Amino acid sequence: MNQQAPIAYKPKDFATDQEVRWCPGCGDYAILKGVQKTLAEIGTAPENVVFVSGIGCAARFPYYIETYGFHTIHGRAPAVATGVKLANPDLDVWLVSGDGDAMSIGGNHMMHLLRRNIDVNYLIFNNEIYGLTKGQYSPTSRLGTRSPSTPAGSIDAPVSACGLALGAGGRFVARGIDRGQKDLPGILKAAHAHKGASFVEILQNCIVYNDGVFDGVVDKSVAGEAQIHVKHGEPLRFGADNAKGLRFNAKAMRLEVVTVGEDGVSEDDIIVHDQTNLALAQMLAAMDRPDFPVAVGVIYDNPADVTYDQAVRAQNESAKVDAKITSIDQLLRSGATWQVD
Amino acid sequence: MTNTAEIIEPSEGHREVLESVVVRFAGDSGDGMQLTGSQFTQSTALAGNDLATFPDFPAEIRAPTGTTFGVSAFQINFGARRVMTAGDQPDVLVAMNSAALKVNIGNLRRGGLIILDSGTFKERDLRKAGYDANPLEDGTLDPYQVVEIDVSKMVVESVREFGLGTRDALRCKNMWLLGLVYWLYGRDRQPSIDWLNAKFKSKPEVAAANVAALNAGHAYGETVELPGEILGYTVGPAKIDSGLYRNVAGAEALAWGLAAGTQLAELPMFFGSYPITPASSLLHTLARLKQFGITTFQAEDEIAAVCAAIGASYAGQIGVTSSSGPGIALKTEAIGLAIMVELPLVIVNSQRAGPSTGMPTKTEQSDLYQAVYGRNADSPLVVLAANGPGDCFHTAIEAVRLATKFMTPVMLLTDGYIANASEPWMIPDFSSFEKFPVTQHTETEGFEPYNRDAETLARVWAVPGTPGLQHRVGGIEKDFTSGHISYDSENHQRMTDVRHAKIDGVANFIPEQTVDQGEAGGKLAIIGWGSTYGPISRAVSNMREQGRDVAHIHLRHIWPLPRNLGDLLSSYDTVICPEMNNGQLSTVLRAEYLIDVKPLTKVEGMPFKIREIEAAIEAALDA
Repeated sequence: MNQQAPIAYKPKDFATDQEVRWCPGCGDYAILKGVQKTLAEIGTAPENVVFVSGIGCAARFPYYIETYGFHTIHGRAPAVATGVKLANPDLDVWLVSGDGDAMSIGGNHMMHLLRRNIDVNYLIFNNEIYGLTKGQYSPTSRLGTRSPSTPAGSIDAPVSACGLALGAGGRFVARGIDRGQKDLPGILKAAHAHKGASFVEILQNCIVYNDGVFDGVVDKSVAGEAQIHVKHGEPLRFGADNAKGLRFNAKAMRLEVVTVGEDGVSEDDIIVHDQTNLALAQMLAAMDRPDFPVAVGVIYDNPADVTYDQAVRAQNESAKVDAKITSIDQLLRSGATWQVD
Repeated sequence: MTNTAEIIEPSEGHREVLESVVVRFAGDSGDGMQLTGSQFTQSTALAGNDLATFPDFPAEIRAPTGTTFGVSAFQINFGARRVMTAGDQPDVLVAMNSAALKVNIGNLRRGGLIILDSGTFKERDLRKAGYDANPLEDGTLDPYQVVEIDVSKMVVESVREFGLGTRDALRCKNMWLLGLVYWLYGRDRQPSIDWLNAKFKSKPEVAAANVAALNAGHAYGETVELPGEILGYTVGPAKIDSGLYRNVAGAEALAWGLAAGTQLAELPMFFGSYPITPASSLLHTLARLKQFGITTFQAEDEIAAVCAAIGASYAGQIGVTSSSGPGIALKTEAIGLAIMVELPLVIVNSQRAGPSTGMPTKTEQSDLYQAVYGRNADSPLVVLAANGPGDCFHTAIEAVRLATKFMTPVMLLTDGYIANASEPWMIPDFSSFEKFPVTQHTETEGFEPYNRDAETLARVWAVPGTPGLQHRVGGIEKDFTSGHISYDSENHQRMTDVRHAKIDGVANFIPEQTVDQGEAGGKLAIIGWGSTYGPISRAVSNMREQGRDVAHIHLRHIWPLPRNLGDLLSSYDTVICPEMNNGQLSTVLRAEYLIDVKPLTKVEGMPFKIREIEAAIEAALDA
């Protein structure tokens, strides 16, 4: 076989001729740019990449990516993507969903995709609101969110996307930010490199219905204190001059924010991030402002020995090898038969 | 240890010769009635009789022992002539306990034979079965021939030497009674003995006990004089077409048909399903056929099952999903997506009594509207119906053929009766089946995802992994050729029209409707679909033997209807449509052809009786 030189792709090779129809200023534009950049860096041929989405603003994503794309129905993208990946495990399958699509109507499928560990990359654009249906509160909306359907404020507790993913048995869980172009391609590449289901929550600003909901995390004025960028093998430090860090309070069995050099806190007290540690991942995923910074980066990455799609393929292959009945004629004649003359 | 039948020469000379018999085995859910029935079926088939069976079991897996709601039954009709149904009324009832007698006696032919275990008529048994008085003593059984045997006691005696506890010993009761029924009809026990030895290979004492019970029951018939001078019966072999036969249940034949269809299409198959009665057996059968390029996937719910199948179709395999009415309802939105993106998909509906949960183990044909019309918007698809267990094989192949040829979902209707019932089936020669290899699109020149075949209107199937054909599809209305999102009003009209025309055009690629019995044109036609085939066929042939002018038409293609059907139906003075619903096909035919089709409906969770259809024929012709 001839060795072909790998084609070098550029982000624009993954752009379609379709006019992008998100609201001007929507966080989705930044994510689209980040994904196109990532795909070019990964370098999988466009014909071997499939984007599957459900319903919602985020779900329009496939129309703007020059790969195969399937815009399906509300909440069911994980199930459709499961079929795509099982039918052809050689494809790179990406899922794009929003907080309502993934965690409300599609919550069941999200859970099962993660626990089955199907090798797809699952991106959730979390804007804590229903955009396409004009601004109702979503399952990730903060308590008290006023919306057309909750004029007096929402009264149900929100779900934590990363916490839910870990609880469902997800083995790759990460968090990014729409405008965090420096981090996002790296997170997405790590998600792609992970063999098994990769879950990436992307905090995304809805400029029309929930503008500024993440200002307390992403605004330049607070970002240093409000975000902690987690990296495997590095101490969990954040804040101005990286002065702050996370320490494990063994007695209370929880994390606490400390300042290195104050109250006898030394650098050795700060936890070193281990992305294969589930207990740590759960604590990091649960951190929320104002008491804690929000964890950004790869929170958990602990691949299983075998993914579901690999296991399915292996069972199918061994059935072919072991089968005693290999033709339809044989099948129809298996068991008791009798001749009538 | 080998367990063999003691060879006792059947006393053929004394046996009464019968043309056909209906036997019903009934007992507790845990008594092994379905196993007993299937063993008797096998031996009956080997004896050369034609036959039809009806497994009739409750939804409860193991209801409390001895209660009426835990009674499970297996009915078999076998004869020296063609057998079309499991029989209107049992001639023989084998009752394993008092509850089984209570549930089943109502339908027994007056004068019929009851074989019962008198050991289960103690006061406590009767109370559990809901009897106020002992039916063995109060004259309830006077209209019947009754053989009372304390089977429980005899079984325990006959297996004593194997050291089983009483509880385990009593589990051999079904084999004791099977042995007696084998004697009654002069059946060979050896195949069942071989089967028991194989089944309990790892538990030789259980195998030996069961064989001993079977032999003991048989010997009892030989040696003890049964009341009413019953000396056994002979049912001669039926005249059936020559060929190689086997017994087949509908779910099994359907699975094999799907496997065969994928071979003919030369494509792998993906089967996504979620357990539901009575459709699960399809999943179980296909899960063991992976060597045929079949991937099976037990999804988290009905919706995921169909969506995964659609995903697999998108990626180039034949997506198949299966359920029963309530599950199909859940899949409906996704089926709409498959219609919109025009991908092949086979949806099997093993119908059951409804609405809602209804009666999961009872049969009905009430999802025809759901299949033909039951989606939001104008969303046509192809609907097929199998008419019996063996026909499931052929109908499944047809479903795969049409789904791939027309890039469309195809709904295949069976029902609980077809799925579970078995019948002798002449094994077809698979090499004679015409292949329909599917070609997926690879040409980049001029490619648009909604380019259509001029003849079939099917769009091209371009699957991920094909260089240069990257494109996007989805549930939003699309431009007529490019598939891009389009809200253009004229485009929507055009797309709606083409989706409609494509399904209508399927009629040009299916056979014209034939008349199953009788002639085109005449006084009366009985039109049916699905599992009513047996009773309609027998009723019409009985009536024709009496010189009545009646024909039988049976549909496999429900939507679109065969192109000549309107003219055919118009050629009769009267058309009657028996169906196990409130008149659904009748409505469809009336709407399509403005013909006054008269419904004959029944929703009792049971197939039609031959007599019921005969009565309708007589009434129509005598009116």
